[in-house]
Amino acid sequence: MLYIRLVEEEIARVYPEQEIRCPVHLSIGQEAIAAGICAHLSSDDIVLSNHRSHGHYLAKGGSLKRMIAELYGRETGCCNGKSGSMHLIDISQGFLGAVPIVGSCIPIATGVAFGTKLKKKDAITAVFFGDGTVEEGVFHESLNFASLKKLPIIFICENNFFSVYSPLSVRQPPGREIYSLAKSHNIESFQGDGNDVLEVYQLMKKAIEIIRSGNGPVFLELKTYRWREHCGPYYDNNIGYRTEDEYNAWKERCPIGTFTRYLVSNGILNDAGIEDLTREIMTNVEEAFAFARESPFPGPELLMKDIYRS
Amino acid sequence: MTRELHFNEAIREAIDQSMEDDPSVYIYGLGVPDPKGIFGTTLGLQQKFGPDRVMDMPCSENAMTGVAIGSALAGLRPIITHQRVDFALLSMDQVVNQAAKWHYMFSGQKSVPLVIRMIIGRGWGQGPQHAQSLESWFAHIPGLKVVAPTTPNDAKGLLIASIRDNNPVIFFEHRWLHNITGEVPEERYTVPIGKGKIVMEGSDITIVTFSYMVLESMKAAEFLKKRGIHCEIIDLRTLRPLDTGLLLTSIRKTGRLVVVDNDWKTGGIGAELVSVVAENEIRCLKESPRRIGFPECPSPTSPVLSAAYYPRAKDIVKTVMQVMKREIRDDEIPSMHSGPVDIPDASFTGPF
Repeated sequence: MLYIRLVEEEIARVYPEQEIRCPVHLSIGQEAIAAGICAHLSSDDIVLSNHRSHGHYLAKGGSLKRMIAELYGRETGCCNGKSGSMHLIDISQGFLGAVPIVGSCIPIATGVAFGTKLKKKDAITAVFFGDGTVEEGVFHESLNFASLKKLPIIFICENNFFSVYSPLSVRQPPGREIYSLAKSHNIESFQGDGNDVLEVYQLMKKAIEIIRSGNGPVFLELKTYRWREHCGPYYDNNIGYRTEDEYNAWKERCPIGTFTRYLVSNGILNDAGIEDLTREIMTNVEEAFAFARESPFPGPELLMKDIYRS
Repeated sequence: MTRELHFNEAIREAIDQSMEDDPSVYIYGLGVPDPKGIFGTTLGLQQKFGPDRVMDMPCSENAMTGVAIGSALAGLRPIITHQRVDFALLSMDQVVNQAAKWHYMFSGQKSVPLVIRMIIGRGWGQGPQHAQSLESWFAHIPGLKVVAPTTPNDAKGLLIASIRDNNPVIFFEHRWLHNITGEVPEERYTVPIGKGKIVMEGSDITIVTFSYMVLESMKAAEFLKKRGIHCEIIDLRTLRPLDTGLLLTSIRKTGRLVVVDNDWKTGGIGAELVSVVAENEIRCLKESPRRIGFPECPSPTSPVLSAAYYPRAKDIVKTVMQVMKREIRDDEIPSMHSGPVDIPDASFTGPF
């Protein structure tokens, strides 16, 4: 979680330099979900994600250097600079791709699980999406099919209550929990505190047991909160769509702060340990950013490359 | 060794042989295992290959296209079938935003070997939402390949080629071609994607067309031959990438161009063909090029309206005569179509 936080904060810090020239949707505040889920997954398991995928990518073991280089539009990026922050990929770690059209990754992930099952492989597929996504028709189409075929897929909804500036109240009827939508598709569904990494970890453990027993899919709704603006590095708690008070209340429940206090009070970690960890992470972060800045841009010959595979 | 097959049988054979050869090929679509087997194109396949490789699907064109993409990423080679192009519109995000772009945006790391069969409806009052073609929409998109065979021979060869292709291929099948017959080899073979064919040689005028309109063009050309006008007919077979080389070679020979589109004229394939000629060989043109396409309205149902909607051999004759600056009266041109005009032949008894 700290790793994700420090990477994202560094992106936010340098963004005004205008050398990262693509939209970034930061995971700050939502780290526990990525960390708690991906802790269970090996590189054989598959993850797909959406525009807010930095946390998922890093938690899945994606290359930090190739991610930052991609943000800087360099040839050494995970997509050779062709796609930027909204299309991360690291196949070697099982992060099969992120795409920003809301809902689009869901049927694709469902298809990966379908193909995996048809080929009689053991891999688990997990797909991350937000609360707005459950309003897309394709979400329900995908859950219907996944349920019909009992696919080995875990659907993870990060409910952070906002779709850009639109609160849940203008998008979904009151008194209806998101995870109940999945239940109505006959899918085992759970709801939890997305800021409690241990709770996320336990829910995912249960989900995997259900999948392994052949009773998939599973749906997890995890409640969390996005700290910064929807897209970009800044805070926007005072432009009118939400309040500073609300933000502060969620900040008190910071997933990292909470877990750190837990570790410290149980004697598992101390201040020196936190310092060491921070320093180690920052060394990697600084290396990755330097690598990105020193990398060449893709040459124009890359423009027309890989439109088709021969 | 060739023998006569119907177009729909040729499609079926391409799928059958491809599935025999490659266990990763599988097919689904609304009604694929149905008793009528999608106009005969999937008959018996589920009995032969089982329900894990030949399947029906929920009414979820959008998600099921995404599922096909995901399964391709997991190593399979899916064929999706839509009984009408119109139904596929529900899946445009997956086709255009995802399948077409996946290989490029992830810089060549994963490809999407997907075939989407789209059947173009016509006749028996199919109406506004069961008769669209929209080839130019798909031919507009980098990352897609788009094919539209006319003959049973080309249907089998192009479908095998499409299945073997490692990219998303949109495979247009015209409903009025399903019942035509032609020589089809028994063995596996491919027709190359991206290559058109000269189906009739001539030196007076080039008619460029594809799919069902090739048949109407040939009827027109037979009539025009008797009037001393020799048409060269190009069957494009592939709409993206276009075989511009074949087109321009013919234009250099004839200097006259009529495009017979299978869709609305505005922004249709014909518009692209005329542009290519104008950009490259405008000085070869002896006359302005002409496009024949559907009138700018949705496809109507009632037979009389439908007759006014679809251009036919007769209209192609009239247009060619105009380009050749020759006179002909309406009553001098025979209908060149036997029976009611809202069916291709007597075998088409409706309703779908």
